[in-house]
Amino acid sequence: MSPLMMVRRIGFYVVIAVLMAFFAVPMLWLASAPFDSKPGLGLRWPDWTLDNVKTTFEHPYALASLWNSLVICVVATAITATFAALAAYALSRVRIPGRDLMLYVLLLLSSVVTGTAAMVPIFVMMFQLGLINSQFGTALVIAGGMLPAAIFILKDFVDSVPRSYEESARVFGASPFQVLTHVVLPVARPGIATILVWAFVNAWGNFLLPFLLIREVGKQPGAVLLRTLQDEGGSANLTVIPVFSLLYSIPVVVLYVLVNKRYGFRFHGGIKS
Amino acid sequence: MAGIDVQGLSTVYPNGVRAVDGLDLEIADGEFFALLGPSGCGKTTLLRTIAGLEQASSGAVVIGGEDVTGVDPGKRKVAMVFQDYALFPHMTVAENIGYPLRVRGESKARQREVAEETSGGLSLAGLLDRRPGQLSGGQQQRVALARAIAMDAGVLLLDEPLSNLDARLRLEARTFLKRLQRELGLTTVFVTHDQAEALALADRIAVMESGKIRQLGSPREVFQRPANTFVANFIGSTPMNLLDAVVREGFVEVAGTRLTLPSGISLADGTPVTAGIRPEYLNAGSGDGITGVVSTVENLGVSSLVTIECPGDALVGLTVPEQHEPEIGATLTATPEAGRLLVFDEAGLLLGAAKVAI
Repeated sequence: MSPLMMVRRIGFYVVIAVLMAFFAVPMLWLASAPFDSKPGLGLRWPDWTLDNVKTTFEHPYALASLWNSLVICVVATAITATFAALAAYALSRVRIPGRDLMLYVLLLLSSVVTGTAAMVPIFVMMFQLGLINSQFGTALVIAGGMLPAAIFILKDFVDSVPRSYEESARVFGASPFQVLTHVVLPVARPGIATILVWAFVNAWGNFLLPFLLIREVGKQPGAVLLRTLQDEGGSANLTVIPVFSLLYSIPVVVLYVLVNKRYGFRFHGGIKS
Repeated sequence: MAGIDVQGLSTVYPNGVRAVDGLDLEIADGEFFALLGPSGCGKTTLLRTIAGLEQASSGAVVIGGEDVTGVDPGKRKVAMVFQDYALFPHMTVAENIGYPLRVRGESKARQREVAEETSGGLSLAGLLDRRPGQLSGGQQQRVALARAIAMDAGVLLLDEPLSNLDARLRLEARTFLKRLQRELGLTTVFVTHDQAEALALADRIAVMESGKIRQLGSPREVFQRPANTFVANFIGSTPMNLLDAVVREGFVEVAGTRLTLPSGISLADGTPVTAGIRPEYLNAGSGDGITGVVSTVENLGVSSLVTIECPGDALVGLTVPEQHEPEIGATLTATPEAGRLLVFDEAGLLLGAAKVAI
């Protein structure tokens, strides 16, 4: 190996190492800071203790907010997956003029509908509906925002399921409901699993909508509560935040591992001409 | 058991295509029937309309004496095997075969029992707990057949049953299918674009073109006496020679020679006709015949297809046995076997009796 190549290679690995460290540091912090007697923003070998965990569990809102997150997420994910599956199936199988255009427009608008641009109208609408401070109402809005993309991804997935499966079941005398439960849903299961995880993770990390629509601290999900974890002086409460962050990250990781083990991530989305 | 009666059936797609156009057809109980035609001729649509997967626009479908035109597919007592077999990938072979019983709400044990019974005769016995993805193409096809048989319907519909198999397996599957159909005695309708398949399997063939039946008859009739030039062209592994000809003094003047008009046909002098003769019915040799210069020789295995160029730029094909191939550039006379010359009128319809004596 020539010296020039050696230098090149060393340079390459240095750059990679710096990049990796950039991503690794927060992870290591998440693993060490919760168990450090004096957690700081820096990364260091912890002085092991479980006091932070105790403090966090005694925090009046911390665990409750994670439960709130879970409720909102499960509702939003269930609504998204159910409606997206039904809509995707219908859109895949029934010919409607302008169907593809409609899907693209929906997808385009979805980022606007729940994005910052619509904050005020959404707030006003939910206020008039009396759904402020309602976890269900918030879940509904989150689901509404996720549906177009979910339908888009699932429709593409259902498109790849041959019609002859359903026709075959029909010839054997299956009712439309039997066709759905015996054939279409099982065959589309990896796609639905993808949507479930995607929707859950999206809803779990959603800050803006619950922040906007849930004003009562006791009903706020973790993503919103995290922002208010500070002491009287207004500086970050570093005894609670590390443990809380760790707890907050667990469901997403568990979900990913479970689904990946069961189905593997066969991602079928994308655009077909 | 049930026969199928199709009366004045039309199936029109929403985009206005008349895939099946006012078609009448009667299929007897226990018959092995082929719908043959080029792609886009409406044969698959006709099959799907019989199955109830397509809505008839007009006309009626009667199965076993019962008008089922508006009836749901599942209530027609018709089993169907799809071109891609449509085996459910998430079910085992046994579950697939037992599926028609599951729909009817029969017990799991009964489903398994029927799956075991049915699969025995189809040499699938050791494969019941596999998934379709783990089977070969031929095995998948037999599973699809077993599932259709397990339905215990009077009518079996097959959409291109052999087209997804590779060439060698296709011949085996063909023999197998023919034996199976005879053993079960099911009224079986199958769709194919492969004329050899239709000739080999079917008791009767309907040759279709643009939504209409162009000829209906036994394989022998369709092969020996095609009712029109379309059928003549379509049937046969080597294309039939169709040559422009003129009637003169009781002879057919074709490619520079005169051939005897088939008996029972009398036409005025100067009538333009099309003379048709299969390459298999032309013999190389001396005597009365079409003379030309050999331009190509194609080896077909046990015989060779020789193309000769005749006066008037006509190309005539004939088969010669192996070891008897002529040299390219040699002059050759092709003599038709007695009674094998067909004459079509200007509209392309066969002249003389359409039936053959068997």
